[in-house]
Amino acid sequence: MPVLMTPLAITAYTTTSAMGHGLAAQLDAIQHTRSGLRPNDFSSAPLACWIGRVAGVEDTALPVAQAGWDCRNNRLAWLGLNQDGFLARVLAARERYGAQRIALLLGTSTASIGATEEAYRRLDADGGFADDMLRPAIHAPHSLSAFVTAALGLEGPCMTISTACSSSAKVFASAERLIRLGLVDAAVVGGVDTLCDSVLFGFNSLELVSTEPCRPFDAARDGISIGEAAGFALLERIDAAPDAAQLLGYGEASDAHHMSTPHPDGLGAELALRDALMRAGLDAGQVDYINLHGTASQKNDEVEAALVNRAFPARTRASSTKGFTGHTLGAAGIVEATIALQAIEHGLIPGNLGGNTPDPICGAQFAWRNEHQRVDVALSNSFGFGGNNACLAFARAGFAA
Amino acid sequence: MSALRVYIEGVGLWSPQLADFAALRSLLAGNTPEPPSARPAAATLPPNERRRAPESVLLAIEVAGQAVAMSGHSASELACIFASAHGDQPITDYMCATLAQTPAELSPIRFHNSVHNAPVGYWTIATGCHAPSTALAAQRASFGASLLEAASQVLVEQRPVLLVCSDTASSGPLLEVTGCTQSFGCALVLAPESSATTMASLRLSLTTSRVISSLAEPLAHWREANASAGALPLLALLAEGHGRCQLDAAATLGLQIDMDHI
Repeated sequence: MPVLMTPLAITAYTTTSAMGHGLAAQLDAIQHTRSGLRPNDFSSAPLACWIGRVAGVEDTALPVAQAGWDCRNNRLAWLGLNQDGFLARVLAARERYGAQRIALLLGTSTASIGATEEAYRRLDADGGFADDMLRPAIHAPHSLSAFVTAALGLEGPCMTISTACSSSAKVFASAERLIRLGLVDAAVVGGVDTLCDSVLFGFNSLELVSTEPCRPFDAARDGISIGEAAGFALLERIDAAPDAAQLLGYGEASDAHHMSTPHPDGLGAELALRDALMRAGLDAGQVDYINLHGTASQKNDEVEAALVNRAFPARTRASSTKGFTGHTLGAAGIVEATIALQAIEHGLIPGNLGGNTPDPICGAQFAWRNEHQRVDVALSNSFGFGGNNACLAFARAGFAA
Repeated sequence: MSALRVYIEGVGLWSPQLADFAALRSLLAGNTPEPPSARPAAATLPPNERRRAPESVLLAIEVAGQAVAMSGHSASELACIFASAHGDQPITDYMCATLAQTPAELSPIRFHNSVHNAPVGYWTIATGCHAPSTALAAQRASFGASLLEAASQVLVEQRPVLLVCSDTASSGPLLEVTGCTQSFGCALVLAPESSATTMASLRLSLTTSRVISSLAEPLAHWREANASAGALPLLALLAEGHGRCQLDAAATLGLQIDMDHI
């Protein structure tokens, strides 16, 4: 039975996705209902689909000392770290607590596999990696976290969580445990995933990719649009920043059902939700907004809409924002955490972009268009392959459940 | 920071030379244990899944099954943490080679088996486990980092946790960059309190000193050949029953482990 969690302060956060670089661009895109999706111009062979591509990744240069980490995923990580003054906030925390007292926990589903794909596209004459690709550290799932910890000069616990599309939600849970045990005083959490052939052709092989911009919770939805994104948050104890928004709770659970299809009754998703509410000390009726996983796959949206219907009153507002970003896979958890935090900060419930003909399974909780209201408590759902479910609960500073 | 204290209730081990933890104990006692058959049995999986599963899944499930059986816990009650430095390298090799030639022909099964949490996904499905499950990577510190994550879950959630760390041998051009020449997997069941099945207690503390424990041959070679075999100093200690060792918890952080008999 989970015990009530002492909330943590979120003292800085940032996100970079197809909506733009940084929080202001994200807020502006949501306010103006502007999708970041565009026709696929990325994959190494043609594939008819829409993608959420981040502008400017190709032009991003890593710091000279970390040049050996160069690849698309680490460029996007560096681009993301440089938004919203996030880098400076981490460096200030490092001064305050010491490099060994800050953990780094990042989620990613494919890390820099795009670099490994490239190495295989241009193997040298004897069938080995070309000299410029003989950089072992980028051909491993830990590439992202190892690069970011070096770039930030952090020396605390450092791990990569890779549970597919729940990865960068679960980092909040692991970070909270390390802080609670006193192993560290703060944690940088987040996640980065970049477009690559593996996910574009992989999800295509499972017939999960739409040829149109994705339409979460629409009656005619026919698959996901894949996107890329980077996002980060800095977690500290609440006495360090009593005026900051808070992480109130987290929930994690497993479907034990199927590798690539959700449990038909949303069992794991509901266990994760109940776990998060219990740790946060919340009743479902206190939740003002839920950012849904809402991928626009047939099954996910069906199961998740039913869960919203049975777990929440009509006053709780719910939407998916995948229509803005595409499904950013291992980065979806952190991107949508920042959207939940912006909902609290700006009193803006994002409309469920792409749901033009709402699926009748969706209840009155769904916000089909932007709504303006005070948000004290916001949840974010993230579900991944392997039946891996996570739910995060955030609240306004000073909120008492 | 005070040390984290957790209790080992079960251990699993598989490599081409060692069928289980008893084989390691026998080796360290000067014997020559019988090597296991070529594929891990992974008896926890239903037979049809066992036939289809990639070796990464068989290896992780084999060692998980050994440790859980020894602990006496029901697998469905254990939170699970599965770590691997590289994930399924033969699938990565297959995917990158296929994407370079005929991307539209990529196998959907191999794609969904390519996710880092495929082994823990199959484990939770096979055991009906709805508890939290996670999949980690931390390069050569994958075992130390996942032991830290496991200990923190044990202590914060006050529940027993299954920890698995495994990597299969690499194949194709990828081998040159991962250097992973042979399979190695291990598992521990960790608990917050001692019980009738407790094998040893562990006190874990983080340290800036980064002198990892040395190993005698052939263990030193096995550690070189597989990142998950970074667990060997702890496993060797467990075979003796007590003592101190140190592993990497991260690139710049050590994990000191003091083990006592119970």
